[in-house]
Amino acid sequence: MLKAYYHLLVRDLRLAFRSRHELANPLIFFVLVVTLFPLAVTPTPQALQAMAPGVIWVSALLAVLLSLDRLFKQDYDDGSLDQLMLSPNPLMILVLAKVSAHWLLTGLPLVIIAPLLGVFMSLPAEAVTVLIYSLLLGTPVLSLIGAIGVSLTVSVNRGGVLLSLIILPLYIPILIFGANAVDVAADGLPVTGQLLFLGAVLALAASLAPLATAVALRITASR
Amino acid sequence: MLKIKSLECVRDDRLLFSDLSFSVAEGQVLQIEGTNGSGKTSLLRIICGLRLAEAGQILWRGESIASSREDYYAEMVYIGHLPCIKGDLTVLENVRSLLDTRSLRLNNARIEAALEKVGLVTYEDVPSKALSSGQRRRILLAFVELSQAKLWILDEPLTALDVHGVALMESMIVQHKQAGGSVIFTTHHGMQLDCEMTSIVLGDKSLLSTKTSTEAGSGC
Repeated sequence: MLKAYYHLLVRDLRLAFRSRHELANPLIFFVLVVTLFPLAVTPTPQALQAMAPGVIWVSALLAVLLSLDRLFKQDYDDGSLDQLMLSPNPLMILVLAKVSAHWLLTGLPLVIIAPLLGVFMSLPAEAVTVLIYSLLLGTPVLSLIGAIGVSLTVSVNRGGVLLSLIILPLYIPILIFGANAVDVAADGLPVTGQLLFLGAVLALAASLAPLATAVALRITASR
Repeated sequence: MLKIKSLECVRDDRLLFSDLSFSVAEGQVLQIEGTNGSGKTSLLRIICGLRLAEAGQILWRGESIASSREDYYAEMVYIGHLPCIKGDLTVLENVRSLLDTRSLRLNNARIEAALEKVGLVTYEDVPSKALSSGQRRRILLAFVELSQAKLWILDEPLTALDVHGVALMESMIVQHKQAGGSVIFTTHHGMQLDCEMTSIVLGDKSLLSTKTSTEAGSGC
């Protein structure tokens, strides 16, 4: 079972590195949106610092949302998804492997580049640290919840709007707590509560979302 | 081995078949026949457990496939219309990743032997997007050959194959039957099998075979 997880993870990573141009898309989107903001508003350090948590978190969320399509679309189109569903291994393990690969390819690069953008938006050092933690806990949840939405809409042509309608309401708590943690840290207050909440949501999503995704995939395939 | 009990399939408010019952024994080769749109692919996907039937049961070794999914899938391999091939992976990587879904780790020699059999041994390290569609189908033949499955479910396996490919598929089916395996397949090309074969005709009340029974719906 662990082997099945590992092999599928490696396959997805290998496939992604063979078509690198797609790989950079979410990261470029993230950097572009955050860097354009100061140009459009008053670029005083106070104003930037005040909106930095929100801007960075919203951009990260949208970057993940835009990349979700990649999660199952190709496998659905070329029939590989059928083969995954006919695997003697539990489908939720395979789903977890695909979601892990997705996070490593989109969420993790965002986490790595975020401190740079935090400094760029004149966030104080302690807030930058919290920004890393909050994204580290929050972006896997975005991938996990996103997988449920994608598995329901993968058979729909241009299901992008539908996908957003399904998963954005579920993203909102992550956005509120993630951005709030950075905001509060910038004011020098403790943020343990927010980070614990994000951690709890991650634990919940990691255990339940693959199951829901597996069921949703079977429903999608059955018609 | 496989028992189908009073299966019914409806697609877009059209009854494709109803009360369809048959069974597949070890070493049996079964062809599903029928005109375009008569529900051959739907039937095969239902037998795989990918599609849900409106009514009826599918039993694998006496157990419903919904409850013994993992046992059933360990012994069954399905090839559909879609290629299941990743253009960015090489031929060898494609075969390997297909086998990984079945948790089969085979040594290179066995995979090479299978690739040689399907005539792809010199293409091992070529990205699959550089292959012709017939060659891509041959990757699937190598996968079926290596899958160690008892039951082969093949939907139009001859698509895009040349004369030699067709002959290869035929000989693979005969060999599999001799080894005690079972095959369910559909095809619109003439398959000249050198062995006993039963068939079911969908969308037609007359039966071709006495060993099997089918009452197809009035949909077509």
